Amino acid sequence: MRFNFMFGLFLVSIVVLAALLAGVLAPFDPIMDADLMSSELPPGAPHWMGTDAQGRDVLSRILYGARVSLLVGVVSQLINSTIGAALGISAGYFGGVWDDFVNGLTNVMLAIPSLVFALAIMAVLGPGLPSLLIALGLTNWSWTCRIARGSTLSLKSQSFVLAAKAAGFSDWNIMRTQILPNIVGPLLVIGTLGIGSAVLAEAALSFLGIGIRPPTPSWGNMLTDARELLRTAPWAAIFPGLAIFVTVLGFNLLGDGLRDMLDPHMRTRRA
Amino acid sequence: MMGFVLRRLLQMIPTILAVVLIIFFIFSVVPGSFLTSLMSEGRNMTNADVLAQMNAQFGLDDPIPVRLWNYVSGLLQFDLGISYRTREPVTSVLAPRLWPSIQLAIAAMTFAAAVGIPLGFMAALRPGSLFDSLTMVTAVSGLSVPEFWLGLLLMYVFALQLGWLPSFGYQENSLRHLILPAVALGVSPMALLARTTRAGVLDVMNADFVRTARAKGVSEPRLVRAHITRNVLVLVLTTMGLQIGSLMGQAIVIEKLFSWPGIGSLLVDSVSVRDIPVVQGAVLVIVLWFLVINMLVDIAYALIDPRIKVA
Amino acid sequence: MNHGQRHDANPDPILSVRDLRVQIGRKGPQILHGVSLDILPGETYGLVGESGSGKSVTGLSIMGLLKRPLNVSTGTIHYQDQNLLKLGPRARRRLRGDLIAMIFQEPMTALNPVASIGTQIAEMFVIHRGMDWTTARQRAVEALDSVQVPSPEERARAYPHQLSGGMRQRVMIAIALACRPDLLIADEPTTALDVTVQAGVLKLIDELCRAEGTAVLLVSHDLGVIANMCQRVGVMDRGRLIEEQDTAALFANPLHPYTRGLLAARPRLGSRVEGGRKRLTELDEIVPQGARGHDSPTLVTPREVRARATGAPA
Repeated sequence: MRFNFMFGLFLVSIVVLAALLAGVLAPFDPIMDADLMSSELPPGAPHWMGTDAQGRDVLSRILYGARVSLLVGVVSQLINSTIGAALGISAGYFGGVWDDFVNGLTNVMLAIPSLVFALAIMAVLGPGLPSLLIALGLTNWSWTCRIARGSTLSLKSQSFVLAAKAAGFSDWNIMRTQILPNIVGPLLVIGTLGIGSAVLAEAALSFLGIGIRPPTPSWGNMLTDARELLRTAPWAAIFPGLAIFVTVLGFNLLGDGLRDMLDPHMRTRRA
Repeated sequence: MMGFVLRRLLQMIPTILAVVLIIFFIFSVVPGSFLTSLMSEGRNMTNADVLAQMNAQFGLDDPIPVRLWNYVSGLLQFDLGISYRTREPVTSVLAPRLWPSIQLAIAAMTFAAAVGIPLGFMAALRPGSLFDSLTMVTAVSGLSVPEFWLGLLLMYVFALQLGWLPSFGYQENSLRHLILPAVALGVSPMALLARTTRAGVLDVMNADFVRTARAKGVSEPRLVRAHITRNVLVLVLTTMGLQIGSLMGQAIVIEKLFSWPGIGSLLVDSVSVRDIPVVQGAVLVIVLWFLVINMLVDIAYALIDPRIKVA
Repeated sequence: MNHGQRHDANPDPILSVRDLRVQIGRKGPQILHGVSLDILPGETYGLVGESGSGKSVTGLSIMGLLKRPLNVSTGTIHYQDQNLLKLGPRARRRLRGDLIAMIFQEPMTALNPVASIGTQIAEMFVIHRGMDWTTARQRAVEALDSVQVPSPEERARAYPHQLSGGMRQRVMIAIALACRPDLLIADEPTTALDVTVQAGVLKLIDELCRAEGTAVLLVSHDLGVIANMCQRVGVMDRGRLIEEQDTAALFANPLHPYTRGLLAARPRLGSRVEGGRKRLTELDEIVPQGARGHDSPTLVTPREVRARATGAPA
């Protein structure tokens, strides 16, 4: 399914462009252009996606919201991938007590739903962008860790790793130069899918009022306000949600496509 | 069989302990207590005597190891502490929230299974067809859609525009209140089930024993019914079980959106006022639900699939 | 181990395949290039050849179990006096298992993992004999007993994973012979088995089929198995049946160069391998260039060979 990959890439590119060019593309200021005289206007010129209760342009807020979503999604997933890969590779490589410990920790992390865990961390750290990055970055690494550990276990006994060992490479060197490059593929797949879930989680936390705080626009907190306006201004609910949907769909398709390309077994199974 | 169940029960204990530890430390190590947050909200708590009295009442003066010990030993007697906000035992705060949450999880799963499994099955019987492609598009969309947005849309269409269903709230034994939140929550497990079922059926259809069944002269309907279904069932039931297990955690946003009085909305409300004992209790319930359901799935798995040894 | 009755009275064949062609998709490459063979009642007919020569495809075509995109493009398969390829799916299905049965190479995966052995055998009696399940299960135990599975009542309640490979293949034989078919297609029935149990399974097939007068189409790449089991042998190469002879004649006097290569490539018990690898004959080295060309394999009859040898026109 090459189509999956291309379509996912297309959607993600749109979102990335929106985030980068928000300052140029947005017709209004997302925060300052509040005007109660033009509140809850339906879509139409000059507000192509209508206005919210404070008369702010929904389109402009969505464009700026893309920055928050992508930033949180990418950075928190990077943290997750780093933690997961480090724990997984070292556990698989060294084995023993360390492996048991990491395994146990992973099982515990799988038992606590990551959104619940993130919620608890947010409760301690308080709302805001830095807390979000930490909360989401610390709570969704268990799958990465499992995959990294499994792959490392099967790589460990292969000849090139044994050869590197025999040549006197340090453990750190072997993990970095022999094992990591060989598991980049699966990690990339999980990472891409993980960005999608992080975008969803950010939206959910912001929707609950403990993520990005208003007036900074985030797709999640735009939906909080929109709930109250549902009867009179449904567009204020439709468009931010659509933005989340398109972004997550893009990353999911991209991840699925990557997996199909990297894993020939999966591809034949689908054919 | 009893030994198997017992062993699975014992296996849960370290996980539960670890969860308790993690949650406890998250809330103990970081500065800023419930009391200071109350003060920051400008409530009448600035009186030092009151503060000291409350600290003593909740045992907040004790060093952390003592507090942890008290908490864990309380836990063993099903004592989860006292809510900062309502001064009630946490167990009695949690208890009335449990049934609505379970109801929602079961209803969402029922919807997911009723739609997702047939979709996946039919898609797999005609791989590559238009129906198959549409099902897979639906599945990946279902996994990408934010469920609270879907909830908002459902609310808009079915409650505000059509007026068929109540837009939020909970009434005991009211199916009408249950439908919208259950559908919104059920869409993502539905998509996952459709995918899993399809992959499972395709896998099984290519298996050697299906060729054997054909060579025996088994008719196609009987082949699907008696040979394929049973083999896919194991996979599908496992997916379903794991999904029900994590649904209580996934439901927090939907519960909040639909003002559903479950564990999830309790958790959100308690987090925002830093009612730590209740937060700990709610997280513990969500984790326990996950672990118990997982255990039940394992047991069911052992009962269905003869390949699993139960010794 | 040969069957008692030979084709002395030259009876009508029980199965008659004519010009069978199988291809991939509508316009794809051909897999079978016009195979014709007859199987006489009660005989054991061996089909040998390398993997990929079309032996299994021939067997699956007769069963009507080709997997898409493989399909029969032309040819006829006559069973008694009906062309199987002209039968509707229902009629075809009724024949399958009842009158023409098949056992496969992989006993580990060929049985349904979540159904008990007894149920899987009993299913035959239920679909083809219309028995109720209780009676069918009792018959299944008898069937297990007849394939010499020890303590059959207990085994009937067991699941495939609890049985060894040899036992599973016996179960497959019990299933295949449950309805006393006229023809059994055995596709590499012992290839996946441990060497120590191969002989027992073959002996079982031979004895049961001889007792019931069941004809066997034995597909194998193992010439030793073929030599022990079959009255007649067909040799296949790249989708063609290139030689067909009585077993003894084939081994004594292989006509086709490819067959000679096949026989030479067979590792003989007791023959010492000298000088390591080099002495192991590779087919490509032995068969003359022309014989391995793309459309060269043709059916060679004894008369042709004699003609070639004497230089006279065939």
